[in-house]
Amino acid sequence: MNSYYDPADLPKFGDIGKEAPELARKFFDYYGSVFAEGALTEREKALIALAVAHAVQCPYCIDAYTVACLEKGSSLEEMTEALHVVTAIRGGASLVHGVQMRKIAEKLSL
Amino acid sequence: MNNNAFKHTLDARGLTLTRGRTATLQVNTGLICDLACRHCHLEAGPGRTETMSAATVEEVIACADRCGFATADITGGAPELLPHLPRLVAGLAPQVDRLIVRTNLVALSRPEAAHLHELYRRHRVAIVASLPAVNAGQTEAQRGCGAWETSIVMLQKLNELGFGRAGSSLELDLATNPSGAFLPPGQIQAERRFRSDLQRRFGITFNSLFSFANVPLGRFRSWLETSGNLETYRERLEGSFNPVTLPGLMCRTFISVDWDGYLYDCDFNLAAGLPHGNRRLHISELSELPPEGTAIPTGEHCYACTAGAGFTCGGSIE
Repeated sequence: MNSYYDPADLPKFGDIGKEAPELARKFFDYYGSVFAEGALTEREKALIALAVAHAVQCPYCIDAYTVACLEKGSSLEEMTEALHVVTAIRGGASLVHGVQMRKIAEKLSL
Repeated sequence: MNNNAFKHTLDARGLTLTRGRTATLQVNTGLICDLACRHCHLEAGPGRTETMSAATVEEVIACADRCGFATADITGGAPELLPHLPRLVAGLAPQVDRLIVRTNLVALSRPEAAHLHELYRRHRVAIVASLPAVNAGQTEAQRGCGAWETSIVMLQKLNELGFGRAGSSLELDLATNPSGAFLPPGQIQAERRFRSDLQRRFGITFNSLFSFANVPLGRFRSWLETSGNLETYRERLEGSFNPVTLPGLMCRTFISVDWDGYLYDCDFNLAAGLPHGNRRLHISELSELPPEGTAIPTGEHCYACTAGAGFTCGGSIE
């Protein structure tokens, strides 16, 4: 094994069900239903998934949802904007904790 | 890559690909084009010289007269660059229920093509216009710099002429191909998005959108090879093989005539050099519609039409 992450492993995702088939079936059924067209389009859901894939930094998911976004008709411009949304939330989540920092610092300070 | 892989796929499932009732005469006017699109399976472009002669145009019209097709479908290259196009349109229109002319929009926007607008209107031509995406980046990555704005202006002009407008009988359809080594979106979803984006941003309306997978032939295949995408794309197409698509494939109901008058079962077999009936047959020799059940030659490119929901002359089969 040259790397923990191998693109050829992605199609083997289903193998995870070999030891716990019932749990895997429930998960993949749910997964399929989540990404089916609903109040949100499949294209919109793929853009959300792409952004979240970057937030959780999953190479498999980034690969899969980059392809999915393109195949659902998204442009690179839209995909990049989606990444900025998740980046803003991640950065904002750090920054907003500055409230805690300030509260503690102010309590301790003269 | 195994050129018989598609046939093996059919054989393994006990399937065959044979002709149904032939309904459409597709006419490829030649390889001359004002654009050199990177996905073009024919490698058409400004540097090509192959084009249909006046004599072959007359043989095509004569064939339509004696065989009786429901539809004629004129493609290229850029049909607008064929000097005999007005004769071809006028000759075919009275003989078919539906006459389609395909356009890359840029060729139709040239001042020299202005006379075609009225010709198309007079003969009730259904225009099928290529538009890869609803953004400039993906459109121009495929079709070249400036193609986006020119295409949008031409679509607006066609709307002004009545094509694709609600209540008008003049038809304007769009055809979209992915701008890369990936499959196209579902046709229903893509049409919904094209319709809403083009209407909202540019006031453009159209009748239907057809989505197609890129076929790994010609210039697109060369790009797949040089970009290192060929094997992955081939696996994507092959892995998406859907036998349900077979009955609706265009090769079952089309006969495609090349610029030199020779016959193929579809434009992709034409590009691949796989002739109708596995022999060179000239349109002047076609005395009647090809019999149902005739075997259709196949190649690995056939996976592009059987992937997922499948794709045919009218786009996705879904």
